[in-house]
Amino acid sequence: MALKIVKGSIDRMFDKNLQDLVRGIRNHKEDEAKYISTCIDEIKQELKQDNIAVKANAVCKLTYLQMLGYDVSWAAFNIVEVMSSSKFTYKRIGYLAASQCFHESTDVIMLTTNQIRKDLSSPNQYDTGVALTGLSCFVTPDLARDLANDIMTLMSHTKPYIRKKAVLIMYKVFLKYPESLRPAFPRLKEKLEDPDPGVQSAAVNVICELARRNPKNYLSLAPLFFKLMTSSTNNWVLIKIIKLFGALTPLEPRLGKKLIEPLTNLIHSTSAMSLLYECVNTVIAGHDVNGSPFLPPFSLALFLFLRFQLCVQKLRILIEDSDQNLKYLGLLAMSKILKTHPKSVQSHKDLILQCLDDKDESIRLRALDLLYGMVSKKNLMEIVKKLMLHVDKAEGTTYRDELLTKIIDICSQSNYQYITNFEWYISILVELTRLEGTRHGHLIASQMLDVAIRVKAIRVFAVAQMATLLDNAHLMTGNVQRKGICEVLYAAAWICGEFSEHLENPMQTLEAMLRPKVATLPGHIQAVYVQNAAKLFATLLKNQEGNTDRTAAQETSQLMIDRLPLFVQSANLEVQERASCILQLVKYIQKLQQKDVEVAEEVIALFAGELNPVAPKAQKKVPVPEGLDLDAWINEPPSESESEDEQPKAIFAKEEPKHSRARHTEVDEKELAKRREARKQEQANNPFYIKASPSSQKVYQEAPGVEHIPVVQIDLSVPLKVPGLPMSDQYVKLEEERRQKERVEKKKKEKKKRKEKRGGRGKKHDSGPESEEDITPAHMVDIVTEEMPLADSEKLPVRSHRAAEALKSPAEDGDAESPASQEPKKKSSKEKREKKKDKDGDRKVSVKNGNPTRETALWMYIYGAEIDIQGNLQDGSQVVVSVIFENKCDNFLKTMEFNVLDSLNSKLQRPEGSGPHDGLSVPFQLPPGVSNEARFVFTMQSIVMPQKLKGTLTFIIKDSSTHEKLDFKLHFTCSSYLITTPCYSDAFAKLLESGDLKCSSVRLEGVNMPFHHLLARICFHHHFSVVERIDSCASMYSRSIQGHHVCLLVKTSGQTVSIDAKCDEPTLLGNVLDEIKQTFSQC
Amino acid sequence: MIKAILIFNNHGKPRLSKFYEHYSEDTEQQIIRETFHLVSKRDENVCNFLEGGMLIGGSDYRLIYRHYATLYFVFCVDSSESELGILDLIQVFVETLDKCFENVCELDLIFHVDKVHNILAEMVMGGMVLETNMNEIITQVDSQNKMEKSEQSP
Repeated sequence: MALKIVKGSIDRMFDKNLQDLVRGIRNHKEDEAKYISTCIDEIKQELKQDNIAVKANAVCKLTYLQMLGYDVSWAAFNIVEVMSSSKFTYKRIGYLAASQCFHESTDVIMLTTNQIRKDLSSPNQYDTGVALTGLSCFVTPDLARDLANDIMTLMSHTKPYIRKKAVLIMYKVFLKYPESLRPAFPRLKEKLEDPDPGVQSAAVNVICELARRNPKNYLSLAPLFFKLMTSSTNNWVLIKIIKLFGALTPLEPRLGKKLIEPLTNLIHSTSAMSLLYECVNTVIAGHDVNGSPFLPPFSLALFLFLRFQLCVQKLRILIEDSDQNLKYLGLLAMSKILKTHPKSVQSHKDLILQCLDDKDESIRLRALDLLYGMVSKKNLMEIVKKLMLHVDKAEGTTYRDELLTKIIDICSQSNYQYITNFEWYISILVELTRLEGTRHGHLIASQMLDVAIRVKAIRVFAVAQMATLLDNAHLMTGNVQRKGICEVLYAAAWICGEFSEHLENPMQTLEAMLRPKVATLPGHIQAVYVQNAAKLFATLLKNQEGNTDRTAAQETSQLMIDRLPLFVQSANLEVQERASCILQLVKYIQKLQQKDVEVAEEVIALFAGELNPVAPKAQKKVPVPEGLDLDAWINEPPSESESEDEQPKAIFAKEEPKHSRARHTEVDEKELAKRREARKQEQANNPFYIKASPSSQKVYQEAPGVEHIPVVQIDLSVPLKVPGLPMSDQYVKLEEERRQKERVEKKKKEKKKRKEKRGGRGKKHDSGPESEEDITPAHMVDIVTEEMPLADSEKLPVRSHRAAEALKSPAEDGDAESPASQEPKKKSSKEKREKKKDKDGDRKVSVKNGNPTRETALWMYIYGAEIDIQGNLQDGSQVVVSVIFENKCDNFLKTMEFNVLDSLNSKLQRPEGSGPHDGLSVPFQLPPGVSNEARFVFTMQSIVMPQKLKGTLTFIIKDSSTHEKLDFKLHFTCSSYLITTPCYSDAFAKLLESGDLKCSSVRLEGVNMPFHHLLARICFHHHFSVVERIDSCASMYSRSIQGHHVCLLVKTSGQTVSIDAKCDEPTLLGNVLDEIKQTFSQC
Repeated sequence: MIKAILIFNNHGKPRLSKFYEHYSEDTEQQIIRETFHLVSKRDENVCNFLEGGMLIGGSDYRLIYRHYATLYFVFCVDSSESELGILDLIQVFVETLDKCFENVCELDLIFHVDKVHNILAEMVMGGMVLETNMNEIITQVDSQNKMEKSEQSP
């Protein structure tokens, strides 16, 4: 025996071990492949030996080679041999190799079932552990079925080490063998309350994964998770649970309000960024059910809203953070808010635009995503201009293509809602065609077509631009790389043909379309070229016959006859067919022309009829012909066998059969008629519904021409007539001027009104510098929705643009630049600035303007005087006040100084070396419309009394460089000195028994709200946490920053609430109770 | 869920690869190459999250990585994992390696990839996080090593 061992170890001395192999490979850099193949030969020899140590060594080397990309599946049987060794060392090597290279189709796996079962029940916990780890990587449906019971028993093993592994692997077993979920679930649920935190964490992990697949089935576990969330201190577990709640709240709105308190507590108490981020994320997720806060009572809705605003502010802080990771996550979370609360995000536009310049592509892509929801009529041009700059700078086609699609997405969203000037948009599209190597030619093309068809007013301009494009087609087709972009020519040719009456020089365009080079374009584009050349030809004939210039008309026919044969020879069937058709037609026309017959009218009749937009659901209005059954199968339905294959998955996602189809058919004629009636009624009663007036519409339709289109006149002020491609930038300028004019106009009117009403109200309510509705679009899109009933003529009516308003604008363009007209604007914008009136001050420290008639340019919110949680244990006298400054005026604000008059008790912490009356400079400047947060630290001597501090904020308005001053008061309530501190009921009981506490009580009458709302209110406004709640009685606890304990016993009966309180500082308690009373007297 | 854990050096040489889903050896190598390509062209002070990677992932997946001296540690995870949490986990992993190898360097990983696998197995199992407490991980790894030693010298 001893001899054998010696012999074994001598053998091993000559074998290469893993380290030798690695060293060898490193020494053979030149001929690595050759060296490895000799090593593999050696390994094959070693595997043939009986000695298990040699085999294990060989398998270990194979594992390494597998990582380098060598297929080692041929050694699968040897791996199984090593796995079944009785020695842990070898067993571990075997299982590792198996976990790296076994998969479902490895056939030797079925040999392992008994071995694994033996290992699972081994007395050595590490044998079991290694088997579980290995199994987690290569478990197959068969293994899962055979071993499910063994693993289930292991879930109640005495060793936590085994328990946690067994719990975790159950998820893999469920995936492979879903039938095991039902019997195993009770035990899994039990493990959520396992005494070992590791096992608990594993169970949470598994259930979270299960719930992600089908959250509905796990709603019943919510109370259990809720308990875990309030008791666990493990951040990993908390993050998982919070993520789980994020998935559950949309299904069960009541859960949301339950979550407020613990989430708020966590947001305030945690120092882990990861946890904070997930909390914020879940608050956002909970907030967006139907886009409204999920609580009916107003107080809680308000509460949530404030909390939500706070979250958005916190996100802003994340994004401004120098840590790129936080910036990325902040943007990620913002994009979730964006879906439901675009307004909240819009105010951070500056920040997001800034992120577009970030050097990090991950961040740029996230910022791009956000842009989509942030555009408005006001800022669209500006944002797109910025994006266009990025397009020019961008290196790498992926990012550039992303930019291109985003620009188009942003502009075209909700029926071009935000575009006010379509000339500008067409110019942007044309500029985009100049991009090198983009794949999105078809996207640009479809936009061009869409805009040209739907915006009638733009057609003249679009046709001119497209003609230029066609003329310069060689720029696009010249280079093979630019293949994608030539799709644009499809749109260009079609637009020029369809709206050829607007062409300035149709002859030139016709020639451009019939150039021999066109034959190199893709077939479908050539086909469009040929067809539209015919349309152009028709228009030309009409023009030329009108001129009684016979020769010109004949020359045109000749041109067609000369050039078309090129297309008749095309290999593309479509092109060939169309070309030969049209060629014959032109030849016939030529014959008639030679006989002096007027043909133009007849030729043009070929392409008569205007293209009108049709509602997406117009098809519905077409009656189904008799005898046609749309639901009947045309062919035999496919067999059901395929769907049966996917049956096992149903256990995770039991999808309800969808009845949507059946529902559709249920809507009968009567019901439809009823709905239509109701809608008409509603429209009649709705003052905001603009009814299409039949008269104006008629006028519009009768006028086929250009003279109704205001754009033509705007054209005059821009040197667009210069041949070549347009510059979108000019439009930005133009648009600004146009808006300014409108604003000035409006101001003038307002001023007049005000003069008439002199002595009336001093304060005029006016929103921001410019509201969305103020911007009148230069062009309107025809938007056809199903709501619009079909007219008798089967034509869908189109909304006409506001002709009167638009006609005015060109005339105003001229005087916009004169400084005189800008003068009144400045004045009135100042008047517009409005003072912040603080109504919802409970938690806010209210800021009151000392002089209510003064004009101020700043809004200042002071959000909760939050206690500096980090500092409170060492230094219980510091309070941090976060102040949000929002610039509501049109000018840049700088040199802001924040100063507070210190009292005996409280002092603003100033940097060393500054005097006791010096102000603190706010560390940022504020561009117009931007808000930012600054924090100030106060030192308090005593916290038993509430405090009021007077302060001033001075700042300079950049352009006028005048000093402005804003007075305010900071109100420190006693509640703001309290920190939400969780307390267990036993500790609470001990505290009450100790007898050091003084008693006090208060009664509130006429409180009309559910008890849990009442508690939530106290928790939120006064920073308490609920210790225990029994029916209509609850005990609550909080601690001050200086360590005073405050205990409350809240009882309610009917509308009376009695609060018995104990605290070791009677003055503090009295004040806190007063504040609570105050809170409830306000509601 | 974690889909894959990769460690490679500044030149893209794999030092450890752990896939929690099956891929062929060729695909695995391609994934490593692609991931290296994505990660290596990023500057030092940009964020640690990456989207994309055609082979592994899809829209729900994200690459989370950290760069230590000569090595990249890359985790490919889906949205059920917390991004910052995984970053912490990578840190725990590296600190654990540092404790187990006493001042870990790339050479340790080169020559003892089996040991690294064993340590990783105590942290992540089948794509799910098993343990995040470094002391607990080290205790288990140590006692397994002790067992191995006792088997070597009977």
